[in-house]
Amino acid sequence: MKTHVPAVDGLFTMDPPEPRLLGTRCRGCGTYFFPAERTFCRNPDCDEDALEEVHLSRTGTLWSYTSANYQPPAPFVAKDPFEPFAIAAVELEAEGITILGQVADGVGVEALEAGMPMELVLRELYQDEEHVYFTWNWKPTDGAVGGA
Amino acid sequence: MSKDVAVLGVGMHPWGKWGQSFVRYGVKAAQDALRDAGLRWRDIQFVAGGDTIRNGYPGFVAGATFAQALGWSGAKVSSSYGACATGAQAISVARAHILAGLCDVALVIGADAAPKGFFAPTGGKRPDDPDWLRFHIQGITNPTYFGLYARRRMAVHGATQRDFAAVKVKNAKHGLHNPNARYRKEVPLEEVLSSALVADPLHLLDICATSDGGAALVLSSMDFARKHTTDPVKIAAVSTVTPVYPNTIIEMPNLATDSKTGVGLPELGFKESIAHDAYEEAALGPKDMSLAEVYDLSTALELDWYEQIGLCPPGDAEKLLRDGETTIGGRIPVNPSGGLASFGEAVPAQAIAQVCELTWQLRGQAEGRQVEGAKAGVTVNQGLFGHGSSVICTV
Repeated sequence: MKTHVPAVDGLFTMDPPEPRLLGTRCRGCGTYFFPAERTFCRNPDCDEDALEEVHLSRTGTLWSYTSANYQPPAPFVAKDPFEPFAIAAVELEAEGITILGQVADGVGVEALEAGMPMELVLRELYQDEEHVYFTWNWKPTDGAVGGA
Repeated sequence: MSKDVAVLGVGMHPWGKWGQSFVRYGVKAAQDALRDAGLRWRDIQFVAGGDTIRNGYPGFVAGATFAQALGWSGAKVSSSYGACATGAQAISVARAHILAGLCDVALVIGADAAPKGFFAPTGGKRPDDPDWLRFHIQGITNPTYFGLYARRRMAVHGATQRDFAAVKVKNAKHGLHNPNARYRKEVPLEEVLSSALVADPLHLLDICATSDGGAALVLSSMDFARKHTTDPVKIAAVSTVTPVYPNTIIEMPNLATDSKTGVGLPELGFKESIAHDAYEEAALGPKDMSLAEVYDLSTALELDWYEQIGLCPPGDAEKLLRDGETTIGGRIPVNPSGGLASFGEAVPAQAIAQVCELTWQLRGQAEGRQVEGAKAGVTVNQGLFGHGSSVICTV
């Protein structure tokens, strides 16, 4: 039995079916960072260096989307044979951040439409002898239909 | 005090895939620029190199690499990097030296020998490097960002894939007679639309290639210029602005934007601020421009730039294009050189090449693609990790 691990540590929780992206929030001005900023607040008008770890919202709104029809170069580890995938930019309302991610398996651009609700899921990225490595994906929220 | 510096000479090595060293392209461009200026390499007091990160150590110290190739002369040197905005960084350093009175005449050189296909990050495992992270964990390439902006433009402004393809058709026509362009062939609209889809909604012919090429400028103080020529083209402004926090539009190579929560939004978005800063410095506006050279990494991005450099209000770019206003002969020709659509991108040379084109246009020497009566022009470009790049030239 292989162990399930994140492809890169510290970016998201391994909590299927409800994973969360790991960010930080400035205790001074309240602005958010993803990936987590742990050194100092990047707001030029804020001198705070106390940043708290936070779980970001799991749902957001589709800002835009595109596709990768050709295999990206390394350090991407592509499936063999390569399968094209869609990519989404999703706006999280509470945090005021737009975050990119591949769209979940089986959902192509024809099913997407700007403004539709999206949620965070996990998907296998690649595996080796001992581990299965995961990343985050965006998926239209159950019931959401786009491309009408 | 005037902030003008003179463009005494310009030179380029044609763009293409030549399979030679970037040093050779840069030196050829530099020799042409010196000849154009009527100067010798020995006359140059300061050399500003634009770095390339894909050609080993000589590329990281491009200024010295070019100086050595031209023959050590004791000239002072700088080497700068700003991704796609590298050329503007080199121009800015040379110009600042001239305006500060630290030198009278400087040579700016940028050149690249580019790999085929997608640009990829440099090697090694570096999770803290956003450029490594986006490739590894999401398979996000440069065209991903171009596709996101294009789809957003379709959703917000009703642009179509035909509009994007029409930019390629225009730029291919403009580049037909440019001896330095890599592609000199008309491209019908249907050919763009039937080329392979790379990053929805963009096709292969909507996205610029990666190229080899070199470009160089001889810049001088106005006093120095008066002794060598009459009425030289002048650089009236150079913008190298960074974004203002929070930068809320997703930007290469990041996986996320800044957060809007807890902070006020800046007056201008990053891309809008780039040319704006140059206009302010030159005390000129978009209406004073005779032409523009914008960074058409994708066809759709060219339409975004029309609005971001003030050629039309947001949402009107498609109309400006369809009305022929950005074609040579129109109100404000954009990319009369043929743009990246005809050149492909030679990263550290490209922003310098944009200024070469403005210079030829303002001198009336842009054979086969001349914008009649050109008096002023603006370039704009953006380097990843937050490098603005815009130059205004006047006569």
